[in-house]
Amino acid sequence: MDQFTINLLFVGASFALYIGIAIWARAGSTSEFYAAGRGVHPVTNGMATAADWMSAASFISMAGLIAFTGYDNSTFLMGWTGGYVLLALLLAPYLRKFGKYTVSEFIGDRFYSPTARVVAVICLIVASTTYVIGQMTGVGVAFGRFLEVSNTAGLLIGACVVFAYAVFGGMKGVTYTQVAQYCVLIMAYTIPAIFISLQLTGTPIPALGLFGEHVASGQPLLEKLDQIVAELGFKEYTAHHADTFNMVLFTLSLMIGTAGLPHVIMRFFTVPRVADARWSAGWTLVFIALLYLTAPAVGAMARLNITEMMWPNGTSGEPVSVEMIENEQRYDWMATWQKTGLLGWEDKNGDGRIAYFNDKNAEAVAKAEAAGWGSENELTNFNRDILVLANPEIANLPSWVIGLVAAGGLAAALSTAAGLLLAISSAVSHDLIKGSINPNISEKGELLSARVAMAVAIAVATYLGLNPPGFAAQTVALAFGLAAASIFPALMMGIFTKVNNKGAVAGMLTGLIVTVIYIFLHKGWFFIPDTNSFTDADPLLGTIKSTSFGAVGAVINFAVAFTVSKMTGAIPKEIEELVESVRVPRGAGAAQDH
Amino acid sequence: MADHTSQPAQAGQKSDAGYWSANVRIILVSLVIWAICSFGFGILLRPLLSGIEVGGTDLGFWFAQQGSILVFLALIFFYAWRMNKLDKEYGVEEE
Repeated sequence: MDQFTINLLFVGASFALYIGIAIWARAGSTSEFYAAGRGVHPVTNGMATAADWMSAASFISMAGLIAFTGYDNSTFLMGWTGGYVLLALLLAPYLRKFGKYTVSEFIGDRFYSPTARVVAVICLIVASTTYVIGQMTGVGVAFGRFLEVSNTAGLLIGACVVFAYAVFGGMKGVTYTQVAQYCVLIMAYTIPAIFISLQLTGTPIPALGLFGEHVASGQPLLEKLDQIVAELGFKEYTAHHADTFNMVLFTLSLMIGTAGLPHVIMRFFTVPRVADARWSAGWTLVFIALLYLTAPAVGAMARLNITEMMWPNGTSGEPVSVEMIENEQRYDWMATWQKTGLLGWEDKNGDGRIAYFNDKNAEAVAKAEAAGWGSENELTNFNRDILVLANPEIANLPSWVIGLVAAGGLAAALSTAAGLLLAISSAVSHDLIKGSINPNISEKGELLSARVAMAVAIAVATYLGLNPPGFAAQTVALAFGLAAASIFPALMMGIFTKVNNKGAVAGMLTGLIVTVIYIFLHKGWFFIPDTNSFTDADPLLGTIKSTSFGAVGAVINFAVAFTVSKMTGAIPKEIEELVESVRVPRGAGAAQDH
Repeated sequence: MADHTSQPAQAGQKSDAGYWSANVRIILVSLVIWAICSFGFGILLRPLLSGIEVGGTDLGFWFAQQGSILVFLALIFFYAWRMNKLDKEYGVEEE
């Protein structure tokens, strides 16, 4: 059986499983559609939340970004896990106690204002749609490779698949489907990593292998890696090169954004009790940590493997020859990935060899010229988003592992896309239409409008996904910035302070607008290429990149909210009582509908 | 009679306030640890830890890529355990 058939088999079997579960658990009533009747155990909920959370950005994109940058991109690792501490300590138990279905319902009730609710819905839609764009980028890469079609065709096929099952299952379908997806994606991520860790370090646990010994050289793995990348003129892997201030802000934005993303917060509405909401956040992070502790090992080991592949005789020997790439089976992945347009190489100086080095580094160029390899890097394109998917092929692992990774990458992208679409659709149908525009809408009408909203969201995201503002994880980071600047401060102030309605609305609007403008100034208006006035290499404000601005937006949100609230008076007595009651678990009942 | 009905409510409110300030204290301590291990050891204080070697690099690198995640896990489980205990101490747990 060839690799293509094996991939199709794995992807097909995993899809059949998810769709089977979705049909088996098909949502009937509205309450089931949104919150699965609240009968979900913390461990189950944690696993489903982990699948929901770990998207194309975590699975497909993150290790690639770490691999090619090293230490500086540790920000993704800390940012996307540290947010769970904020979520568990500052939000989850209180929102569960409040006992409604959506984040905007809490904001609307706590700030006793339909305007606040609508503003929250807008923030939620902006952040979630940006997030879906990042997912669609990942879906395009994955489908493009495994169906052996172009990236664009892969994206369009992926969009149809995402739409099909997000529309037909509600939260319950999604919850149990996501448990299955978690199992598939974590196996797909760790199994190849275990193989590679065994090959390179002799340790079956990749997280330990990362700090272990490189068997072939007898040196510590990271020391070996630092050495060979430095010889090719790249920055040392473990050294700190990035701007420290921007690194801190970026990490903080990802953390706050994690705690402000509605599709994750919604999960904590579905556990039976307040105590469970606390445990549930912990279980979620356990399941996430399994992947996040493996990711830096995947990145470092892949970087080492790729470099050694391009320099089969060591970095002081000769570069790989075109003949080897074309004829040797272990270089097949280069030809297959070239078809997607995401990997490229070119023998620019016609010496029959592909020299891979940093041609921006004068010393490395001088060295390459002296040796007769030309003055340009001939590995012309290596899209960061392909690294994890190509990894098992690069390490020459058995074909079933490659098939499994295909299924895992798609599971990651699809589960998150489905969760986000659910958050968007419930915001539109439940909060916007039923909450403000037409309170008398029938249950059937509500479900229908939820599905229409999903279709619109996915069409927009697919269109924008054709020209994404960055690699999957970078686009997703923008979504986190938006959530950090708008939703998290409102939720936190709603629980921990007595900020009034006007303060909250002013805060959310300023936070969102300022952050959106800052992002558009750097990434192009509505992410349309070439409409940007600044670049992240030379940002508007000091060293603050557009991906890091969410933390600044959050500070602005808090400041505006406190100032406006101070000037406009205290909150009504019943709202004060609501705040007091949210703070203690006693009396948490089942959720009620409006 | 009116006194009898208002008395427990008053006591309840008092302990609710105590419960809340105890909770806020636990949160603050946890968040200080959270910040020191990630922003501190992982980024800002990394140069201070550069003398401590871990597998071919330094402790700061380990904190940035693995250590902080383990600390986050410990913090969340500690908080869940501590708060579920605090709920019972103040008698505010769910029925």
